[in-house]
Amino acid sequence: MAQMNMKEAIRDAMRVEMKRDPNVLIFGEDVGNAGGVFRVTEGLQQEFGDQRVIDTPLAESAIGGMAVGLGVQGFRPIAEIQFVGFIFEALDQILVQAARMRYRSGGRYHSPIVFRTPFGGGVKAAELHTDSLEGLIAQTPGIKLVIPSNPYDAKGLLISAIRDNDPVFFMEHLNLYHAFRDEVPEGEYTVELGKANVVREGSDVTILSYGLMVHTAVKAAEELEKNGIKAEVIDLRTLVPLDIDTILASVKKTNRVIIVQEAQKSAGIAAEVIAQINEHAILHLEAPVLRVSAPDTVYPFAQIEDQWLPTPARIIEGVNKVLEF
Amino acid sequence: MSKIPYEVYTEDVEALSVLSPDGEIINKAKSPDLTDDQLKELMYRMVFTRTWDDRAVNLGRQGRLGFYAPVSGQEATMVGSEFALDKEDFVCPGYRDMPQLVWHGLPLYQAFLYSRGHQHGGQIPEGVNVLMPQIIIGAQVLHAMGIAMGFKLKQQKHVAITYTGDGGSSEGDFYEALNYAGVFNLPVIFFVQNNGYAITTPFAKQTAAKSIAHKAVAAGIRGIKVDGMDVFAVISAVREAADRARNGEGATLIEAVTYRFRPHSLSDDTSKYRTKEEEGQWNEKDPIARLAKYLEKKGLWTEEDTARVKDEAKAKVNEQIKKAEQTEKMTVSGLIDSMFETTPKHLEAQKAEFQK
Repeated sequence: MAQMNMKEAIRDAMRVEMKRDPNVLIFGEDVGNAGGVFRVTEGLQQEFGDQRVIDTPLAESAIGGMAVGLGVQGFRPIAEIQFVGFIFEALDQILVQAARMRYRSGGRYHSPIVFRTPFGGGVKAAELHTDSLEGLIAQTPGIKLVIPSNPYDAKGLLISAIRDNDPVFFMEHLNLYHAFRDEVPEGEYTVELGKANVVREGSDVTILSYGLMVHTAVKAAEELEKNGIKAEVIDLRTLVPLDIDTILASVKKTNRVIIVQEAQKSAGIAAEVIAQINEHAILHLEAPVLRVSAPDTVYPFAQIEDQWLPTPARIIEGVNKVLEF
Repeated sequence: MSKIPYEVYTEDVEALSVLSPDGEIINKAKSPDLTDDQLKELMYRMVFTRTWDDRAVNLGRQGRLGFYAPVSGQEATMVGSEFALDKEDFVCPGYRDMPQLVWHGLPLYQAFLYSRGHQHGGQIPEGVNVLMPQIIIGAQVLHAMGIAMGFKLKQQKHVAITYTGDGGSSEGDFYEALNYAGVFNLPVIFFVQNNGYAITTPFAKQTAAKSIAHKAVAAGIRGIKVDGMDVFAVISAVREAADRARNGEGATLIEAVTYRFRPHSLSDDTSKYRTKEEEGQWNEKDPIARLAKYLEKKGLWTEEDTARVKDEAKAKVNEQIKKAEQTEKMTVSGLIDSMFETTPKHLEAQKAEFQK
């Protein structure tokens, strides 16, 4: 088995699928010759040619619209939006056109598209390069949403996303691209969309999270264990569809839950997860489910982002609150 | 040709015209080569479309159609442009462009179902290369560009055509599509039906460009302006654009100057933004009357033919609206199942709630 960081694993997923299926195409700004600003697609144009790995003019709505048109033509586009904050320019094509194609056409057409975009804080990037915009995507019917937390999952989830006949929004945390290496199998394997992963078993409290925050949560859980508190950490992996069964099984075991997200507090993924826990398991709760998140402000300029983002200390504080309730 | 220093400057252009209002060929070089049967078929489709539009407006008032955008006055642009294409070519319409879809193969009752808000309206039959009409004004312009990219990658000599209006030509998506089409040298035709008004906003307030066709210059593609009340000019321009596209010569932007005789939809009042005088002047340019004059002189068409086609069209419309009305209604379960190829568990649960 090979050792890969998340960036290499994502690239490997695309390479495997491009080899397997000639209809898989990659396009976006700078993805070809340069291999993308983060070099995620590095070498793929050299390997598959400029008819399959295509540098586009700088226009995000056109990237989205071209993906929709190519999807109608039977291709399986992987469209890269260079930075998450630029998806606003393409939201009509992603959320209205791609996500509604199957519905609007009564099933005649569909959008087998993966929209890939880097996101995620703690890297002191320029404004609108890091925001956690997953809540926007999750609220729209017809599109799936994936945020991997490690190289193994990233490859398997991306292969599943590429093979899915519906549009998938795939968000890659900037801070995880090079964070660590992992054992990643060569060739094809899939991680099923809609399945969460119990990263660490525990019996006292459940910490739900996704993306980089899974690692922050694990750090907090390690600290908590020193005080004899066994926290279960669950990586949601897919936010649409959400694996409520895995969440509920843990709620019924620990009876106490917090959810950690990098995004701002209100009306997002955490709020949705809490609503579903209330709907299905309220009598199993010994305390209200708390959110550990960023505050409801715009994403801050670089100077204070370390204070703005959730930390292990804030997670521990949250856990203590639900334990002491 | 020597280069002009510094300043990009383009002069006004005349619209391409082939058939005079009196029904005379005034531009033999650009006159499309059509057989007598083709000419009669063209006339048939234009008269049919006008009759269907008259009937649809009535059906709308009776509450038997939902959203409907009238088309009378635009038969030359709609019927003519589609007539110039092959069946394999792909049509990406805006909300008013039902005639192109129907003449490209969409069954008429599905057009009515679309208007009535039924999913089956957009369930295009296999082998009919059209998208359902687009509501967001510029989105389909990008889809046509993407579909044309598909033809290019598959090395198929087909073209994609997309329709929008003078208002649509102001959308960002329109410029992005033109730019991509230029860069990738795509087989796509951007067909702008400039009918003078974006709902109520007159063309003079839409752009300061000399014409919409001029917008091709910035994208490095070909721009053409045609008389949109002249069906021969439309066919000639679209055929030429399609031939060039098939030969790898890239995209064309065609501005067809036309007029909608009726309001934007069934809910706006034209008297608030147009004068009777203006409407009268455009009525004199009626594309159907113009073609009729030409065909009558050639002995290919009579008033009786027009009456016959109107009767046929009325009967067909009646039959097809009944078929639409008798089509089984959509269900919430069906709607839920149309979100994804395989309905996820949470949606199955929501579906069960509705089936209680």
